[in-house]
Amino acid sequence: MLLIYCPYCEEERSELEFRHGGDAHIARPTNMADISDEEFQEFFFLRDNPKGLIFERWRHIHGCGRFFNAARDTVSDKFYMSYKAGEPKPDIPGVTTATEKTVETYEATEGTAK
Amino acid sequence: MRKYSVFAVAREAMRGHKGWEAQWTSPEPRKEYDVIIVGGGGHGLGAAYYLAKEHGITNIAVIEKGWLGGGNTGRNTTIIRSNYLYDESMDIYEHSLKLWEGLSQDLNYNVMYSPRGVMMLSHNVHDKQSFQRHVHANRLYGIDNEWLTPQQAKEFVPVLDISASARYPINGAALQRRGGTARHDAVAWGYARAASDRGVHVIQNCEVKGIRRGPDGAVTGVETSKGFIGAKKVAVSASGHNSVILSMADVKLPLHSVPLQALVSEPMKPIFPCVVMSNSVHAYISQSDKGELVIGAGTDQYNSYSQTGGLQIITHTLDAICELFPMFRRVKMMRQWGGITDNTPDRSAIQGVTPVKNLFVNCGWGTGGFKATPGSAHLFAYLIAKGEPHRLAAGLTLDRFRTGRLIDEAAAAAVAH
Repeated sequence: MLLIYCPYCEEERSELEFRHGGDAHIARPTNMADISDEEFQEFFFLRDNPKGLIFERWRHIHGCGRFFNAARDTVSDKFYMSYKAGEPKPDIPGVTTATEKTVETYEATEGTAK
Repeated sequence: MRKYSVFAVAREAMRGHKGWEAQWTSPEPRKEYDVIIVGGGGHGLGAAYYLAKEHGITNIAVIEKGWLGGGNTGRNTTIIRSNYLYDESMDIYEHSLKLWEGLSQDLNYNVMYSPRGVMMLSHNVHDKQSFQRHVHANRLYGIDNEWLTPQQAKEFVPVLDISASARYPINGAALQRRGGTARHDAVAWGYARAASDRGVHVIQNCEVKGIRRGPDGAVTGVETSKGFIGAKKVAVSASGHNSVILSMADVKLPLHSVPLQALVSEPMKPIFPCVVMSNSVHAYISQSDKGELVIGAGTDQYNSYSQTGGLQIITHTLDAICELFPMFRRVKMMRQWGGITDNTPDRSAIQGVTPVKNLFVNCGWGTGGFKATPGSAHLFAYLIAKGEPHRLAAGLTLDRFRTGRLIDEAAAAAVAH
């Protein structure tokens, strides 16, 4: 069982309190009705499913109830860090190179989504 | 290949068992093959066998990172059934079940297919309606499946607790009598032996590190830990690692890999006559021929390649087992392990062409790939040979996630993963 740090509650809690929420940093298109089938497939179904570093969403469903993001290794299941929703994809020293900070989570795009 | 028979056993008994030969050869890879299959589990080895047997293609290599059947083929709970809801699923799983029935004879290898029956317990009104819908759909499609009252279920499985005061009361069950189990290792070994006999190269301890493509984008071979090996066609059947392999050719798949756990008990005398599954409380159990209770647990909720899993997943299943079969409460569990399953959003497999020319994929079998082994392998061989899917696998294309023609077995799975 994982121990997960909730960035809102600011403490480590057991995995039983959390619900996994799929990949993080997948922006919901703001023009959903206009995109092609290929673009919808890319957004909705296709995933990297990486062996190694993954950025994923968690929800502290039996705690504060909020979504947040985490960086974890899918081989060791070790968490690198967790961070609040809406924050840009972080650099993990020694693991990733710098990434663009344009892609945000559902919560961040909530206002502009149609 | 020397045929296995009762006479072979008698002959070897007379001369101290010194005449048994290796079941398959372990050759050095050639420079180029007509077909390279990535993944030496049941599906990959079976596809190589059927390619050689039915399509006359024998210049094949099966490349395996570890050892044969060391992945999910050797990690599952060996359950075989075809009582799925949708036509596309029934087509492929029933095709597979029919192949299971004659597989030992076909391969000259005892895969110990045992049609002991698969029973699915119903605990509430929703279960009952759902399973009866399955029963009707199956029977209309020509697949055996029948509805049992709690008393009939108890007669079939005497250790079942059907009392009204049970923690999980039982209001009926669906029974597929042709369902059952098989010996998982023997499936990989049997296919490897039969394929090797027909000239297929089985190359173990050889990791695929890249997929090389020509100027026109078509695959030309694979980079491996034993160097570059050329191939006219590359077929990937790597279970939990399909996303990793396909990403080498820049193909993204609708998959997420999660650990699925299983465990076995200490061996006991025969006590449990069939396979029992419970969707609502999440447990499935059977007894192996060695006498161990084979118990399947659930998947973890997060992506992982760790081949292990959370302890709470197992205890949840054992809680349910102890309630359904109170006499197993004092049984000791001996071993526990995890396998990495590749799951699609609609919980149906993908078998088809990819956007890359001459690159084929067989993936997304998720938590139920073992039962599909012969059928999947047979249809995968057809796909590789002809370049287009067989009629029975026509719905399993990768393209369905673009067109929206999903096969939503997510709502129809035997247990809710």
